[in-house]
Amino acid sequence: MKFVDEFRDPEVITRTADEIRSLADPGRHYRLMEVCGGHTHAIYRFGLKDVLPPNIELIHGPGCPVCVLPMGRIDDGLALGRDPNVIFTAFGDMMRVPGAHGSPLERKANGMDVRIVYSPTDALKLARANPDKHVMFFAIGFETTAPSTALTLKRAKAEGIRNFSVFCNHVTIIPAIRAILDSPDMRLDAFIGPGHVSTVIGCRPYEWIARDQGRPIVVSGFEPLDMLQSIVMLLRQLKQGVAIVENQYKRVVPWEGNRAALAAMAEVFELRPFFEWRGLGFISQSALRIRDTYAEWDAERQFQVPGVRVTDPKAAQCGEVLKGVLKPVQCKLFGRECTPERPVGALMVSSEGSCAAYYNYEHRKAASTRLEPATV
Amino acid sequence: MAHGAGGKATRRLVDGLFVPLLYSAVPDSLGDAARVDIDGTSVAITTDSFVVTPLSFPGGSIGELAVNGTVNDLAVSGATAVALVVSFILEAGLPTDVLETEVRAMANAARAAGVHIVAGDTKVVEHGKADRMYIATTGIGRRIPGLDLGPSRVRPGDRIIVSGPIGDHGMTILLARGELDLEADLRSDTRPVLGMVTALADAAGPALRWMRDPTRGGVATTLNELAIDCGLALHVSEAAIPVRDAVRGACELLGLDPLHIANEGQFLAIVAPEKADAALAAIQATAGGEAACIIGDVRTEPAAAVLVTTGYGGGRIVDMLVGDPLPRIC
Repeated sequence: MKFVDEFRDPEVITRTADEIRSLADPGRHYRLMEVCGGHTHAIYRFGLKDVLPPNIELIHGPGCPVCVLPMGRIDDGLALGRDPNVIFTAFGDMMRVPGAHGSPLERKANGMDVRIVYSPTDALKLARANPDKHVMFFAIGFETTAPSTALTLKRAKAEGIRNFSVFCNHVTIIPAIRAILDSPDMRLDAFIGPGHVSTVIGCRPYEWIARDQGRPIVVSGFEPLDMLQSIVMLLRQLKQGVAIVENQYKRVVPWEGNRAALAAMAEVFELRPFFEWRGLGFISQSALRIRDTYAEWDAERQFQVPGVRVTDPKAAQCGEVLKGVLKPVQCKLFGRECTPERPVGALMVSSEGSCAAYYNYEHRKAASTRLEPATV
Repeated sequence: MAHGAGGKATRRLVDGLFVPLLYSAVPDSLGDAARVDIDGTSVAITTDSFVVTPLSFPGGSIGELAVNGTVNDLAVSGATAVALVVSFILEAGLPTDVLETEVRAMANAARAAGVHIVAGDTKVVEHGKADRMYIATTGIGRRIPGLDLGPSRVRPGDRIIVSGPIGDHGMTILLARGELDLEADLRSDTRPVLGMVTALADAAGPALRWMRDPTRGGVATTLNELAIDCGLALHVSEAAIPVRDAVRGACELLGLDPLHIANEGQFLAIVAPEKADAALAAIQATAGGEAACIIGDVRTEPAAAVLVTTGYGGGRIVDMLVGDPLPRIC
């Protein structure tokens, strides 16, 4: 498959892994954070930990939108869906995320009209096809998905579709990285920068990380070779004692981002003064809400939202795992009370959540040793 | 819904409720068919129900699936299907031409598989109480002599064989629903596997340890069940798994693993190493088995798990399917 196989070539991957080993100082421990949940998934999916030397530790960052969404927001969204006239729509990732009173999938089993959509425009299509119903789209995601929500709202307005609204949970990546860096128990050497978010925002917004915080950051693609090459680039910076923003994912990410997407977002959304993040608490100016000019399509203004706040189960240590202070397996609930089938915390739900990724791909595997390929 | 998806929840339902309450003697493993002894004659019996939506899709339809699915469950249990009985549950208002098309599809599939449909039952439920039509088939089969199959016979060093490219059926159904705006030239792989199984049994004899068809939950779920039942490690080489480009591409786009996608006309076999090449050659020499290949081997560690290895020394545990990425595909 073109644009995939080239980045999974075992020979090139092995060569790049050798380069990492030669660059890494054996006397030093490296803590690299991959910000994006897609990277977390790729690390486990491709078994990348097995090819890295043990002194390179990958810390999973906050870039999994499902994982950072507080439980109360799910309950709020589902409360609106209880109206028999409402069709509740969301991405598939949301379906098994538990609120305090069950997940969307459980509500569906109990008769709520819950539908999986692959794009917000599909939800709008549903609204056109069901003029006697109200279709609500439960929007989640970073700058990666926010433009498509913005464009859908623009289209709804242009077409005058009134039976459609968005329950907006879009968040922005930069304040989350800042919160991580401000956290006193955090010691990070460098960042593997998010790839998909950067297709929209570009690389410039990361410059303060290098300039003010002295941490190298390389925006990375999602194939095994992309990630290993990004690690090579980070190790080179660390070796030379410099900290700059580099773009490994040039085939997709323009340095300046996507102006059209940013313009659509700016037209439809504005920053919320503050927003609660699961595991990280309230972060100011870290999330988007729908502007007054689109108020008619804002579910939070069209409906009575209960404004539920739910604290996470005490024993769950999602916050510590999310900040990279604990590894998934160090959480008291991991693999016992909390599994992908019966997730207690959201990190166990999304395939991009570090706990689910770790559980699905890693936790029964023997300690990181080079694996002999299966005999065929 | 997850309890019907063939993954972990299904297993829990079967082990936690059905087996303790319904089985008179606890079987040592749950294969695809049961053995029943009647007056000294041992026969294989199995049942399956089909609730696929849409009813017809590229490469097949519910009627064909209902015959092939049960014939294949018998085949991978080491038995040749002799007779089927069939039950229809029909939603009031189902057009008769749709029903007739499916009945004809069943007749053709039965002829192709060399099995007789000998009895049946029909129920009609009110409009809205069923999704057009459901079909259940029960099959009885003659056991192929000289075979002794089961997880307890699997040994470290054995090889894992798959009969052809995986994921065609599940991905075809997903795309046939038209919800994804994705198009690909894909067809369901529904077909009887008895010919390939017979050739394999002839070539391997007692070196054939175990067989299953990786339907719901895909290859990953079926291999995980085996790994749990035999307590051994199943190592699969990612590069060796046959997957069509269209299936691989769609999986990449949708974030799915081909190992979790359902199949209808494929089977997995475990064969002792000394007979593995002969067994593979026998399948490949049978019509439809040309793309069969060895995808891995059995080891001891990590116990009771399926490990997929990459060409560059990495690996990942592949678990059973959790939940249901593609509801009702068979």
